[in-house]
Amino acid sequence: MTASRIALGHLNDIPRQGARIVQTPTGEIAVFRTLDDQIFALDNRCPHKGGPLAQGIVHGTQVTCPLHGWVINLDSGNAATPDEGCVNRYTVDNEGGLLYLNIY
Amino acid sequence: MTMRLVVIGNGMAGIRTVEELLNMSPDTYDITVFGNEPQPNYNRILLSPVLSAEMSFDETILNSFDWYRQHNITLHAGHAVTHIDRVKRFVSTDDGMQTPYDRLLIATGSNPFMPPIPGIDLPGVIGYRSIADVQTMLAAAQTGGHAVVIGGGLLGLEAAYGLSLRGMQVTVVHLSDCLMERQLDKTGGDMLRKALIKRGLTFLMAHQTEAILGTGHVTGLRFKNGTEIAASLVVMAAGIRPNIALAKSAGIHCERGIVVNDTLQTFDPRIYAVGECVQHRNQTYGLVAPLFEQAKVAANHLAQYGRMRYEGSQTSTKLKVTGIDLFSAGDFHATDDDEELLLQDATRGIYKKLVLRDNKLRGAILYGDTMDGSWYFQLLRDGTDISDMREHLLFGQAHLGDAGRSGAASILNLPDSAEICGCNGIKKGHIIKTILEKKLFTLEEVRAHTKASSSCGSCTGLVEAILASTVGGDYSTQSSKKPLCPCTELSHDEVRNAITQLSLHSIPQLMQTLEWKTTDGCAKCRPALNYYLLAAWPDSYQDDSRSRFINERVHANIQKDGTYSVVPRIWGGVTSAKELRSIADVADKYAVPTIKITGGQRIDLLGVAKADLPAMWHDLADAGFVSGHAYGKALRTVKTCVGSEWCRFGTQDSTALGIRLEKMTWGSWTPHKFKLAVSGCPRNCAESTIKDFGIVCVDSGYEIHVGGNGGIKVRVTDFLCKVGTEEEVIEYCGAFMQMYREEAHYLERSAPWIERVGLSHIKQHIVDDANNRSALFARFLQSQANAQTDPWQEHANGKEAFEYKPLATIEG
Ligand SMILES: Cc1cc2nc3c(=O)[nH]c(=O)nc-3n(C[C@H](O)[C@H](O)[C@H](O)COP(=O)(O)OP(=O)(O)OC[C@H]3O[C@@H](n4cnc5c(N)ncnc54)[C@H](O)[C@@H]3O)c2cc1C
Ligand code: SF4
Ligand code: FES
Repeated sequence: MTASRIALGHLNDIPRQGARIVQTPTGEIAVFRTLDDQIFALDNRCPHKGGPLAQGIVHGTQVTCPLHGWVINLDSGNAATPDEGCVNRYTVDNEGGLLYLNIY
Repeated sequence: MTMRLVVIGNGMAGIRTVEELLNMSPDTYDITVFGNEPQPNYNRILLSPVLSAEMSFDETILNSFDWYRQHNITLHAGHAVTHIDRVKRFVSTDDGMQTPYDRLLIATGSNPFMPPIPGIDLPGVIGYRSIADVQTMLAAAQTGGHAVVIGGGLLGLEAAYGLSLRGMQVTVVHLSDCLMERQLDKTGGDMLRKALIKRGLTFLMAHQTEAILGTGHVTGLRFKNGTEIAASLVVMAAGIRPNIALAKSAGIHCERGIVVNDTLQTFDPRIYAVGECVQHRNQTYGLVAPLFEQAKVAANHLAQYGRMRYEGSQTSTKLKVTGIDLFSAGDFHATDDDEELLLQDATRGIYKKLVLRDNKLRGAILYGDTMDGSWYFQLLRDGTDISDMREHLLFGQAHLGDAGRSGAASILNLPDSAEICGCNGIKKGHIIKTILEKKLFTLEEVRAHTKASSSCGSCTGLVEAILASTVGGDYSTQSSKKPLCPCTELSHDEVRNAITQLSLHSIPQLMQTLEWKTTDGCAKCRPALNYYLLAAWPDSYQDDSRSRFINERVHANIQKDGTYSVVPRIWGGVTSAKELRSIADVADKYAVPTIKITGGQRIDLLGVAKADLPAMWHDLADAGFVSGHAYGKALRTVKTCVGSEWCRFGTQDSTALGIRLEKMTWGSWTPHKFKLAVSGCPRNCAESTIKDFGIVCVDSGYEIHVGGNGGIKVRVTDFLCKVGTEEEVIEYCGAFMQMYREEAHYLERSAPWIERVGLSHIKQHIVDDANNRSALFARFLQSQANAQTDPWQEHANGKEAFEYKPLATIEG
């Protein structure tokens, strides 16, 4: 994939405290929306055993993986202590409610 | 301006308080710590392993000098505070340093008791309190000779054992005729003494020391009875005294210890105190667990949260002498009002004593097999009514040793390679290594770091036992009240009561009113709160799908490859050719790779892509199926046998009754999954006795059994009662489920719930009290009125459609 900027649609297409996925040729990216409307994007693969993070419960700026309960920090992509691991993250621009995902 | 906090005492309680404070509120204070000892904070509990050469001193360091630097804490190690000026608010040290404070924390610990006998000040006479004392002992051991330890309590025996491992000849002198008499009765004390004699120690019981002999250095002892004994080292382990001299000289109110209130404040409101130096509700403590609880509360108030109270602790004791397994807790000297349960097996070296009063555990002594120590301690702290488990109480928590581990008499006998946590494949050696390396004290910490016992929890007892034998105890919050999750201090029950009493109707409102520490909770509390609100307000609560686990959000079970499994409801397990044909058609249409018959007599379609779910449900709904709720904390299945319709043994129409029950109960949310079964006769082909609610039909009616579980911990049901008619079965079923829904904690199966509250409690409210039974049943039916809408149909018709579609697709 080459570097690109992809229109994702509107903020309101993602539920608060929830996530949607973006399908890419190399796998899924999870796009999260927190209670206070911050947007984060991470690979949809838990650093533990690849669980689908988009399906976890979103709380604060964290998501809890649905498979074994690791907590991942959305802003850094790092697993919360004491677990160790991290997942690739992407930036998302929010332009008046329209979302653009940056892939590079 | 940041305030200044000065801590006197660089030991376990003081630094634990600082750590808790940094967690809660890292920037409130400029922190300065004074410590008499030149070392950074180390784990005093582990001095005995250092003495016995099982560990190096470096391994016991809890906070390195770097740690203080990283947290901007000024540490004056090797400096004693000699004066507190409470008017001008500063402390000064032996070398004239003056440091002002806004808040002061006194954590000066305690001192070994040095009885006022001649010769007590001679070189070679020491206490056992610090690494310096250990170094003195090690130096003495270099030259060999005879050591005398005065005091046969916990500390004395650990010192004696360590010295003998270091090659000294050791005699323990004890005032009473029973070792560790504060933790053991005579039988236990004698067993312990025999075991230690085998390990090479000598004992002089019922001996009182009159004088320590020698000029320039200790050479021996003289006892009250006139006999003498030679000694090149004397270790005084005759008790400890709270170290209050400094506080007293500053005019702070002290009795035996520094007197503090429930917020760990001294009589001077700017001055807090924690640890062995304090006296709280007339009690002083000499073990770490209560001090850590105090630390938490003191930190909470120093951080100006002002929420928590310390209400005292109960303690348990574990002797850290390798190869000796000893546990004691509570008050085990039975009086006339008490009952004793005893088990003594000299060949296996096992002794157990439980003391009961009013059907509650008051005290426990375990020798040789301490596996159940933490369980007994829990029963004791919680004041659990044990009448229902009395028969097997002495034999331990019956289902602790599943997966073939029950044979191991003691955790100590397991090799390092033994698998402790079957779910996560964690071995004993790994747990011990992690406890030591990461300096863990509590079960929660061990879970977080090793994942042991974090999945199904059946190995919790084993992990606690390993923790206890490694660091001497589980230092979790010792109170029986467990917070629901780290977002709150409130327990499950307190939250539930608040929901009805304060009329809380939504998660945000609840979190705000009850001062949640996080903005929107965590993955632990949100599903629980959603359930409690739903259970409290079945007519009006708006279910919050964002607070449900994925399975309940998309009404299917997520599998390890991210696909889902779909289980249609088949009432009572009875189906027809037509139904089977339509399931087969659906399976073909969506290319379902695996079809399996489940243990609950349903058909499982496995490997369905998430995007296909709504369409598949649509087709299933057209064929007359509703969701089987195989994914939910909800009514799962009603398993039946063919009963009197077909079976020559059948006494009642178990199939029809099963279908009736399933039609009544489907769609209900419960604290955890809930399974029913109906068998047509005592041959019990539907396995009713391992279900949450099981019926066994007999000629004269229906036996009702509750609280069974066929999962990780197999538990056979308890017999609730026998009734004569189907109508009664229906009412009991609804009433029992409703009571479970109203009382059990979220994620608590009916089996542990019954063990927690006791079968008598349930009988009393359901069997004995007909009015209450029918009221429970009415509430059950009322909430069912809103619950029996098929979620599959709703989602097939477009509800929460975003769950099943990607937000965007990027082509390659
Ligand atoms: C050998 C041994 C084994 C033990 N085993 C166990 C066990 O298995 N389980 C268990 O729960 N507990 C055990 N304990 C008890 C446990 O270690 C104590 O309860 C705990 O350390 C008390 O913490 P504290 O902070 O109150 O006191 P300490 O840890 O003693 O800290 C007090 C510190 O304050 C310093 N200090 C005192 N006065 C001043 C002053 N004026 N100025 C500056 N500094 C000062 C002292 O030098 C000391 O460093 C054991 C104790 C010992 C000695
Ligand atoms: S439980 Fe009894 S009635 Fe039912 S199938 Fe078995 S033998 Fe027949
Ligand atoms: S895959 Fe995410 S916690 Fe295991």
